[in-house]
Amino acid sequence: MPNLTEKQFKLLEKLSSACAVSGDEGEVRKIVIEEAKPYADDLKVDALGNVLVTKAGKGPNRVRVMLDAHMDEVGFMLVADDGDGLYRFELVGGIDVRQLPGKQVLVGKSRLPGVIGARPIHLTTAEDRQRKIPLDALRIDLGPAGKAKLGDRATFKPHFQRVGASLFAKAIDNRIGCAILLEMLKNAPENVDLCLSFSVQEEIGLRGAKVAAYHFDPQVAFAIDGTPANDLPVHDGAENTFYNTKLGAGPAIYTYDAGTLNDPRLIRFLTATAVSAKIPYQLRQPGGGATDAGAIHRQRAGIPTVSISVPHRYSHTAISLMRVDDWKQTQALLLAALKRMTPELLAEDRP
Amino acid sequence: MPEITPFLKSLLSTSGLSAYETPAAQLIEAKWRPLVNEISLSRIGSLQALKSGTATAPRPSLMVCTHMDAIGLMVTTVTEGFLHVTQIGGVDPRILPGTPVTVHGTEELPGVVVIPPVRALPPNVGDGVVGLNDLLVDVGLTPQEVAAKVHTGDLVSFATEPGELAGEVISGHSLDNRAAVAVMTVALEELQKKTHAWDVWAVATAQEEVSLGGAFTSAFGLRPSLAITVDVTFAKGPGASDWQTFGLGKGPTLAMGPNMHPFLYNQLKDLAEKLEIPYQLEYAPRHSGTDGYATQIAAEGIPGMVIGIPLRYMHTPVEVVALKDIQRAGRLVAEFIAALEPDFVEKIVWED
Repeated sequence: MPNLTEKQFKLLEKLSSACAVSGDEGEVRKIVIEEAKPYADDLKVDALGNVLVTKAGKGPNRVRVMLDAHMDEVGFMLVADDGDGLYRFELVGGIDVRQLPGKQVLVGKSRLPGVIGARPIHLTTAEDRQRKIPLDALRIDLGPAGKAKLGDRATFKPHFQRVGASLFAKAIDNRIGCAILLEMLKNAPENVDLCLSFSVQEEIGLRGAKVAAYHFDPQVAFAIDGTPANDLPVHDGAENTFYNTKLGAGPAIYTYDAGTLNDPRLIRFLTATAVSAKIPYQLRQPGGGATDAGAIHRQRAGIPTVSISVPHRYSHTAISLMRVDDWKQTQALLLAALKRMTPELLAEDRP
Repeated sequence: MPEITPFLKSLLSTSGLSAYETPAAQLIEAKWRPLVNEISLSRIGSLQALKSGTATAPRPSLMVCTHMDAIGLMVTTVTEGFLHVTQIGGVDPRILPGTPVTVHGTEELPGVVVIPPVRALPPNVGDGVVGLNDLLVDVGLTPQEVAAKVHTGDLVSFATEPGELAGEVISGHSLDNRAAVAVMTVALEELQKKTHAWDVWAVATAQEEVSLGGAFTSAFGLRPSLAITVDVTFAKGPGASDWQTFGLGKGPTLAMGPNMHPFLYNQLKDLAEKLEIPYQLEYAPRHSGTDGYATQIAAEGIPGMVIGIPLRYMHTPVEVVALKDIQRAGRLVAEFIAALEPDFVEKIVWED
């Protein structure tokens, strides 16, 4: 696969900078529709807000493949107005409250700037500073003349910065998946009928993917997402054996997470594809977390499914970090896999 | 947008940590130079600008301290490409995770403060507060690149960009105390249209956040007849509603207490009343926590006063100040200077 183009970076920046909290994916939906339309045979927005795109291949023995990437990100909803531009908010999706104080946010459709502050250190005691600042002590401050609507969503302020071989950005989880799916659509191989689901509400229970998989009824599915790289040094110098994934080690092929035992034939197929195409890959350590695969593989009479993720550090915080090469290699692996896809693959025995 | 906003935003977009104030000092010098008669750095790095008065020499002088240094972090060690840091000035580690920073290594490197995964932390941390000993800075480079570019003692400054919020309010890091530098700038601009008998030393002091070192030494070196310190004070807001907090945008505070000379306090209060500049009274029963302490006890002692700018979320990267409080304080300082009569010092009495 050729190197990433400036156009691809621009698109990822646009996707990353969009604000699309679970249940309010409109900003990303708009970008996806605009990008996908020229390449799609069919494109529709379903009852939940998923963008469903199909692109038929040519010739015999085509495989009907679903590719899924969720559009939503974790964020906030304004739930009470304290007056003077100060709002209470609730979390949407898994956000660590320790990530909130001292952050800039954008609120609502007009992206009003706001901040989440904290009590000055001068007015705290050493004992206070041993306790986490609870959510109910925090407010989004829009400034004294600020006016938002209750129910408005808010996200961390966009941040997109290329540094060396890396990229710092908001919502790498999962705008990177959206970018990869669009790239597959633009380079769709002819041996597959592509069914793309840009799914909603993954972060709050894999809701969009569930109905998208029902709609498409594919023979096989790939969930494309971002996954944490916990590859940081251990405080006492011990070996880090719980890294989940490592930055720079290539696409992370899933084995087992809290939502899915990924189809072993597809794991084998992906690793064999990577080896033959000389693409680096890593196996994500079995553990917690889940992707849309958790909803897809149990749909209808069962859909063989596997997840591939781009490793990134500091997921669900204001600024995540990934290696550009992991993005490139994930695209390369997925495209190579699609090209090698045959109906016989699913006739293979299970181990 | 008030005229002072672009200059203030430029100050909030630069580093200038305590003892490393040069980036801030350069911006301030460029702004002040046309407004004053002479300008230079003190031995410890405070920027000292003289605007000469009209009285016959030797003239009395007023020094206005607005500290320009910022809080931040410093690299203690580098481990596998990650930076361990300590604080310069008072930093609550609870506001650090997820904060964008600039690491001042052999070149400026963008980075972010991060919480290591729970299993990489000492077992007692769990999902609780992660202290400075355990937080890390990630600059997104390989361990080899980091080892070549970052060393113990390198500075780490906040990189959160300044922004404007609704209602003529500005937010950013280092509003403590660049907001006061903006106040002095407004005052110097006002003074271009006025005559004043006294010499005025506008001093952007160094190292307030760690030792008040700039104010101690400039007060000694310049030996002013009076000193005013402008610094930020606590604004009411989420998590802060105590007696030490003041309305944001409700006017600068005038502080009373042992650091401040009661005569000057009354003078400023009367002047604010006369000019109909809104103000709030601040009580500092022991220590004002500002350069006002350093100037008070410099040399044989200097009568002083402290003016506060209410600020929310002090010492976080998203401090908030109302621009009109900056303008009001600037006008008050300028009017106070313009009203100083040549023999004012002799009028300062203890009204016991």
